[in-house]
Amino acid sequence: MLVDFFLHLKARQLPVSTNELLALLEALQARLVSASLDDFYLLSRAILVKDEAHYDRFDRAFGEYFKGVESLPGFDALIPEEWLELAARRHLSEEDRLKLQKLGYEKLFEQFKQRLAEQKERHAGGSKWIGTAGTSPYGHGGYHPEGIRLGGDSVGNRTAIKVWEQREFRNLDDSVELGVRNIKVALRRLRRFARQGAATELDLDGTIAGTARNGGWLDLQLRPERHNAVKVLLFLDIGGSMDDHIQACEELFSAARAEFKHLEHFYFHNCVYEGVWKDNRRRHDQRLSTWDVIHTYGPDYKLVLVGDASMSPYEVARPGGSVEHWNEEAGAVWLQRLLDTWSRAVWLNPLPEEHWTYAPSIRMVRELLGERMFPLSPEGLERAMRSLAK
Amino acid sequence: MKFEGTDTYVATGDLTMAVNAARVLQRPLLIKGEPGTGKTLLAEEVARALNLPLFQWHIKSTTKAQQGLYEYDAVSRLRDSQLGDPRVEDISHYIVHGVLWQAFECDEPSVVLIDEIDKADIEFPNDLLRELDRMEFHCYELHRTIKARHRPLIIITSNNEKELPDAFLRRCFFHYIKFPDRATMQRIVGVHFPDLKRELLKEALEVFFDLREVPGLKKKPSTSELIDWLKLLLAEDIPPEALRSKEAKDAIPPLHGALLKNEQDVHLFERLAFMARRKS
Repeated sequence: MLVDFFLHLKARQLPVSTNELLALLEALQARLVSASLDDFYLLSRAILVKDEAHYDRFDRAFGEYFKGVESLPGFDALIPEEWLELAARRHLSEEDRLKLQKLGYEKLFEQFKQRLAEQKERHAGGSKWIGTAGTSPYGHGGYHPEGIRLGGDSVGNRTAIKVWEQREFRNLDDSVELGVRNIKVALRRLRRFARQGAATELDLDGTIAGTARNGGWLDLQLRPERHNAVKVLLFLDIGGSMDDHIQACEELFSAARAEFKHLEHFYFHNCVYEGVWKDNRRRHDQRLSTWDVIHTYGPDYKLVLVGDASMSPYEVARPGGSVEHWNEEAGAVWLQRLLDTWSRAVWLNPLPEEHWTYAPSIRMVRELLGERMFPLSPEGLERAMRSLAK
Repeated sequence: MKFEGTDTYVATGDLTMAVNAARVLQRPLLIKGEPGTGKTLLAEEVARALNLPLFQWHIKSTTKAQQGLYEYDAVSRLRDSQLGDPRVEDISHYIVHGVLWQAFECDEPSVVLIDEIDKADIEFPNDLLRELDRMEFHCYELHRTIKARHRPLIIITSNNEKELPDAFLRRCFFHYIKFPDRATMQRIVGVHFPDLKRELLKEALEVFFDLREVPGLKKKPSTSELIDWLKLLLAEDIPPEALRSKEAKDAIPPLHGALLKNEQDVHLFERLAFMARRKS
């Protein structure tokens, strides 16, 4: 039985290994839990799941397996919280409660799917729709003998079959949240230590070797401290469609600032052309020639481009395609020049990966970069940094 | 012997399950959670509850895995040799035992705390794989393998600043201490302040959970901050009414310094309070 369970977890993309299954069986053999499903849930979670980001996935997989619940389309659809806000609580008498017929498990979910598809607004106090304080099986703060509780606190009736709200680890999933700290963790993958600067640290091995060579007389050896020696060039798309992603970019920027000593940043608009700038307020009078940038920074720099790459295809492909000025050479030519200079390069795109196929310009940029475009999420950053570190 | 929490530490069901599983199956237990939810405290309390000795190893960014096993104090030996000290003949005088060595050689089962493992270099956990798995390591200077007499219960805490390698995670059990809900929080406070007035506790928890709800706080106050704040409230003898007052000038809870740890958060909170007042 547990093998099936194990395979089910695997199928739900939880990274579990055989070793862990054996550990779980060992734990069962050691009689760590009684026959209670709750205890088994806690035990298997402690042994099989190694990251709080996977708790939510585990909860769902566990629920599916042990309650025989098929995966529902509704599990991914989020119910607007507004529907569930407790507007009023209706008090039902005992007779009223009995009158509500029990729907049966399958019928309940079947109906729920249907309601989810139909309902578009908030309801309260009714007996059919998803909402609050009513006698419909869906919602909270009300009463139905076999209902699904959605959001809110349990009112104490305790008959909800499936408590959705208990997906409390939802916000720990690593594809969702992006913060400065998250980014820093991802950027740290790039760290490469090297010794540079003044010799200030005692080199013990060197001292011992030197002393031995010296015939036993102490010969102190010093060496420079280790520093993170990775060099990064950051090109940020600014203005226009990027305005929606300002916060994500700011966070990325401040994290990168703190993490890398050798970080140079430049701004561009939509696509890189012959000029870039360092201060967005002075973008017109303090433009730097892209050629100068290419000649200034050596090939040991790593190139990170950030932008949504959403523009008209002409802006990439044609001379004169830029929306802001007349460009002698096409954006693609300039991008290729950058990539030729710095072969370790990635493009970070704040748009979700699913949307990339819709814009031709994204496809073009992606092709130019040899598929090295990654979403600006913690998980995408991880992949990008791994690609850069290769 | 099962761990069930102690008189000063409230452990929820999922946490005790994880601790007991790690203890019975003798695997290391990795603990994560928001700062201030009692990760480090757990090892101390487990050791106390099970009446076992505790060995603590606090990790810093410069800590090397080897330091937990042993260190060869070459400089002392060099000095002794130049001074002609006879001790210099025996190298074992210069082997300094690390935390894991002490725990492995301990005559009874013990608890080892490896605190904030994520502070160390990325390779640090990888360097400890075999040691944690087999509970043994080789000391090259002495040509001797140190093997655990009793496999210690190893509790490892992490603040998530670095990702831990998969191979390492595979060997551990894992538990994420989530932020306690109101009922658990009441028990926790009850354990620390057994004779706190109910009135004050109720108001204080109200203020505390409201504060955690404030959107955009850089650092949400956690359990340890609540405990500190209550201590202050008691010391200053603040009446419960003071917490309840929604008066304009008292929109900020008294002694908020214990709860809000950075200036921006205090400003943010003041601004929100101001806006809320204008609305009403």
